[in-house]
Amino acid sequence: MVLNSIEKLLEKYDNAETTLQEEAQLRAYFNSANVAPHLESYKPLFVYFTNTQQEAFTKDVPLNTKKKSNFYQWISVAAAAVLMFGIMIPQMWSSPTYSQEEIELYNKTKNALAFMSSNFNEGASSINVLEMASDNFNAGIYKANFVKEFGKTTNKLLK
Amino acid sequence: MTQADFVSLVMPFKDKVFRLAKRLLVSREEAEDATQEILLKLWNNKQKISDYKNVEAFSMTMTKNFCLDRLKSKQAQNLKIVHSNYQDKGHSSLQKQVEARDSVDWVSSIIETLPEQQKIIVQLRDVEQYDFAEISKMLDMNETAIRVALSRARKAIREQLTKTHSYGIK
Repeated sequence: MVLNSIEKLLEKYDNAETTLQEEAQLRAYFNSANVAPHLESYKPLFVYFTNTQQEAFTKDVPLNTKKKSNFYQWISVAAAAVLMFGIMIPQMWSSPTYSQEEIELYNKTKNALAFMSSNFNEGASSINVLEMASDNFNAGIYKANFVKEFGKTTNKLLK
Repeated sequence: MTQADFVSLVMPFKDKVFRLAKRLLVSREEAEDATQEILLKLWNNKQKISDYKNVEAFSMTMTKNFCLDRLKSKQAQNLKIVHSNYQDKGHSSLQKQVEARDSVDWVSSIIETLPEQQKIIVQLRDVEQYDFAEISKMLDMNETAIRVALSRARKAIREQLTKTHSYGIK
């Protein structure tokens, strides 16, 4: 009786006319221990369906990765900005402050250098005088060349 | 929608998504990646989720399309083939266990040879036990066409199965 109905159900099953309840019935029958020998070939099919149903997705899905990666991206930008301002601001704000002693030393050095440079200038002006003398000498030599030339021509004439 | 809300919404059908992906992509790793991708897509569109009438059906459609795309894409040319690790929990003898294991593996390899459309329908109907109205929504097909395809698939599987059963060769 049971077997008969199972066979009918199988036929309906093959024609895709069974309801979900009937399919559940078939599954229960073939998963049980006593299956009629001539229907044995159906057994793996329904066992397989029952087994695959239990397969589960075990991997974790990282739902928040997007937010995190965004955050890390902006951290590098912030670090760059902090570094930039860290270098810029001290340079802009801190006007050089010197102690009294340093200012005195600075002025003294300045005076000494000025004195030295004025002496140099004096020396340079006396050198200018020498330069003028040498100019005059050059002019004299140039004129002496005329005398030389004159001598050459007189020698030619005397010959 | 908070993360906890999302997880409780997705929990009932994430395994179904995974199994459908595995049916189509064969390898477990590929299917895991696909499932992850689908869930992330849902999460990123979480504002719109309340507009969908049936999130589960929507996700199954998404999975089907995603996997078919994957199969078409060049990346899928080097899909890893990994066997499903079937565990027999029966109390029968070792001989019977080995036999059962073998024939159950046959079923999965027989289903693998079916055309994609039939694979999907067999998966949705026989494994996930959706009714025809739901399947027709997911696949955007009418119920008669689904019944015809399912009937063909079942007959093809049965034919292969009886063949291997009676000859014992594969």
